[in-house]
Amino acid sequence: MAGFRQLLRNTPQGLYCPPGNFHIDPTQPVDHAVITHGHSDHARAGHGTVLATPETLAIMAARYGADFAVSSQAARYGEAVTRGSVSVTLVPAGHVLGSAQAVLRWKDRTAVISGDYKRRRDPTCPPFQPVPCDLFVSEATFGLPVFRFPPSEDETAKLLKSVTLFPERTHLVGVYALGKAQRLIRLLRETGYDKTLYVHGALASMNALYEAHGVALGSLAHATDDTRNALPGEIVLAPPSAIADKWARRFTDPIPAFASGWMMVRARARQRHVELPLVLSDHADWDELTFTAQELKPEELWITHGSEEALLRWAALNDISATALEIAGYEDEDE
Amino acid sequence: MKAFARLLDQLAFTPARNAKLTLLRDYLSNAPDPERGWALASLTGALSFDAAKPGFIRKAAEARLDPQLFALSYDFVGDLAETVALVWPARPGANREPELPEVVESLRSASRREVPQLLERWLDALDATGRWALLKLLTGGLRVGVSARLAKQTLAQMGDVPVAEIEEVWHSQDPPYGDLFAWLEQRSDKPSAETPGRFRPVMLAQAIDEATDFSRYDANDYAAEWKWDGIRVQAANEGGQRRLYSRTGEDVAPAFPDVIAALDFQGVIDGELLIFRGGHAAPFGDLQQRLNRKTADTKLMEKFPAGIRAYDLLMDGAEDLRDLPFAERRKRLEIFVTRLKSDRIDLSPLQPFESWEGLAQLRAHPPKGDPEVAEGLMLKRWDSVYEPGRPKGPWFKWKRDPHLIDAVLMYAQRGHGKRSGFYSDYTFGVWREDSNGDRSLTPVGKAYFGFTDEELKRLDKFVRDNTVERFGPVRSVRADRDFGLVLEIAFEGLQRSTRHKSGVAMRFPRVNRIRWDKPAREADELPTLEKMLD
Repeated sequence: MAGFRQLLRNTPQGLYCPPGNFHIDPTQPVDHAVITHGHSDHARAGHGTVLATPETLAIMAARYGADFAVSSQAARYGEAVTRGSVSVTLVPAGHVLGSAQAVLRWKDRTAVISGDYKRRRDPTCPPFQPVPCDLFVSEATFGLPVFRFPPSEDETAKLLKSVTLFPERTHLVGVYALGKAQRLIRLLRETGYDKTLYVHGALASMNALYEAHGVALGSLAHATDDTRNALPGEIVLAPPSAIADKWARRFTDPIPAFASGWMMVRARARQRHVELPLVLSDHADWDELTFTAQELKPEELWITHGSEEALLRWAALNDISATALEIAGYEDEDE
Repeated sequence: MKAFARLLDQLAFTPARNAKLTLLRDYLSNAPDPERGWALASLTGALSFDAAKPGFIRKAAEARLDPQLFALSYDFVGDLAETVALVWPARPGANREPELPEVVESLRSASRREVPQLLERWLDALDATGRWALLKLLTGGLRVGVSARLAKQTLAQMGDVPVAEIEEVWHSQDPPYGDLFAWLEQRSDKPSAETPGRFRPVMLAQAIDEATDFSRYDANDYAAEWKWDGIRVQAANEGGQRRLYSRTGEDVAPAFPDVIAALDFQGVIDGELLIFRGGHAAPFGDLQQRLNRKTADTKLMEKFPAGIRAYDLLMDGAEDLRDLPFAERRKRLEIFVTRLKSDRIDLSPLQPFESWEGLAQLRAHPPKGDPEVAEGLMLKRWDSVYEPGRPKGPWFKWKRDPHLIDAVLMYAQRGHGKRSGFYSDYTFGVWREDSNGDRSLTPVGKAYFGFTDEELKRLDKFVRDNTVERFGPVRSVRADRDFGLVLEIAFEGLQRSTRHKSGVAMRFPRVNRIRWDKPAREADELPTLEKMLD
């Protein structure tokens, strides 16, 4: 870690780059911020300046209003921006619309901060782009060998099969409003499912934003019908907190489903009273995390937010020099 | 294996019985023979393996994965089979994925030494759900909530036949049930059920409707006897084949060798399984000590000696009596049982009565002795033939009024299925005084039915509005001297229990009325409840 301390260090606000004088995904208001993607634990309001992709800036504006920062600067994927003596380039991370890795070049060294990322296909955003680097700062949300996600197509097939088997019931799927909702919708559309999908009001603004950025979601309608026994045989998407709550009562004998990487573990699904767990995550699973670290072969690997312990052990077994960064303030996906 | 694994996976997450039935039916209708037969056998417990011990499974996994990574994983997941299924490193293309029949047949013929290699090869070839299903199968614990009864109902639906017909042939069929499926899919005739000692589907009684039935039916047409508080059994001895079935045709013989030994007759008896003490029936709680066991040891059998109180005779030797009227069968039963001279098999006496009013008096004030622990009365038409199922008219049950207490709602938990958004499982308590004279509530039971949908909405709102603390899915609700919701709880019986803090356990508790009007401090006290002990 010592070798890169001049370029990047951990502070109470999050990762800080002294020669460029900016924080990356700070968890508290700072003067200058580089934001990797629009999820609220990474993209907070109240910074001085913000550098992010145009899509991420649009997401922040939709969530917090146009005055989410004093000023903002858009950097398209691959476009180098200079901050102090550091060159900053945002490259696709494959996590959600606009999500980026921050590539920092300083003197002859390259550091990549992955932000949240995944390696598998996502029809709503460009794929993760591996960048050779000396230091790789990796997320570790699903950093345990138990998390090896099945093909996404298996999970959408499971949902559609259940709809066929229980045509008299409503399928109520818990999804994260930014990214998961739109990805699931696109995956369903790709199977040829062209019926109207019903969505909770909390998902509407992000759906509209994706549509405006060219991600066609097909026929959507608000699940506002509050008569009893509403929408039999239909698929309804809602924030995870809504599927087991009062809001869910309007539907016909609903089957609670949840699209999340945590659904890999049965006890997690049971705790939430989920009857149809769908393993669908926007994060890298264990195989993707370890594959990426091996592919990039950085001189050093820093591991942030998630299960650091198992990845540290894996790195030691594979002769990779690794350190866990404890950054406070990041949340588990969907929790 | 894939389809079977998916089925197990979904059954495990599906609480509702009807939904389980739909899943099972879909699988059985689409899976090929003999796979579906083996699947059915493993789900109903007709097939179980004890091929792999947890220690071995763990060792095999640690040979594939660093033990420290395994430990971190196990710590997170909490279930050994699931952890191994998830962490087992995939070897794509290593092997062909095994089919269920291949697994079953290999395990049946493999020696203990060969099992480890077989298992590792299969684990390499399966995906995570497949590995999980395989490990559950090998360790003999599917536990996905499919009873034999549910399986039979599914089969009945598949073939569009009454479930009694499935029950009748079930015991003459062996896994993988090729003949059974062929019949249900109308590819062949109904398989023969003419096996000695087979199960005969039982005749059940309707609950009587006091408001209408007594004016409709004539008391002279009916015989009355006490409704014993045990479990309904069918005991058969045909050509040396001794069997003891529950009322759904499940074989309960292994748990009751003492009863099996007493079946020194030729024929089939219908009766109540009870614990006998000095010729008298013990309360249901005593019988419970012997239920749901795979075997019974001598000590247990001495402490809780089981026997049968007979009330019908289906076969007398080789003669089928089921088409005879009850009056005839009863005479034959009396002769049959008297001749046995067994201290394990006695006769359920008829209770003479003059009128419905007279019978109501008897029900309210049963005579001393066994009738005091009876659940109520049974009414059987003298001319009724033995008709499987639950026909309306020939047989009625008339249960004793339940015990009632007023208790205070203490905790609530969210329900499943239709009730998944509602707090619908209620833990209630009564007042108890400690040595200092302070009164506090002690939980005495849990109820999750007995209320209408409208009442459920109000109860749910009450829970949400008066939550004091949350523990995971459970909420504690404000309940003290000055505030609380009183629930009138009905239950069938009360037993001493060391597992419950209050020292008592209820049988069939349910919400009888919601006493929105009654102050919490006026709810019942523990000593009142203790007086109701069986």
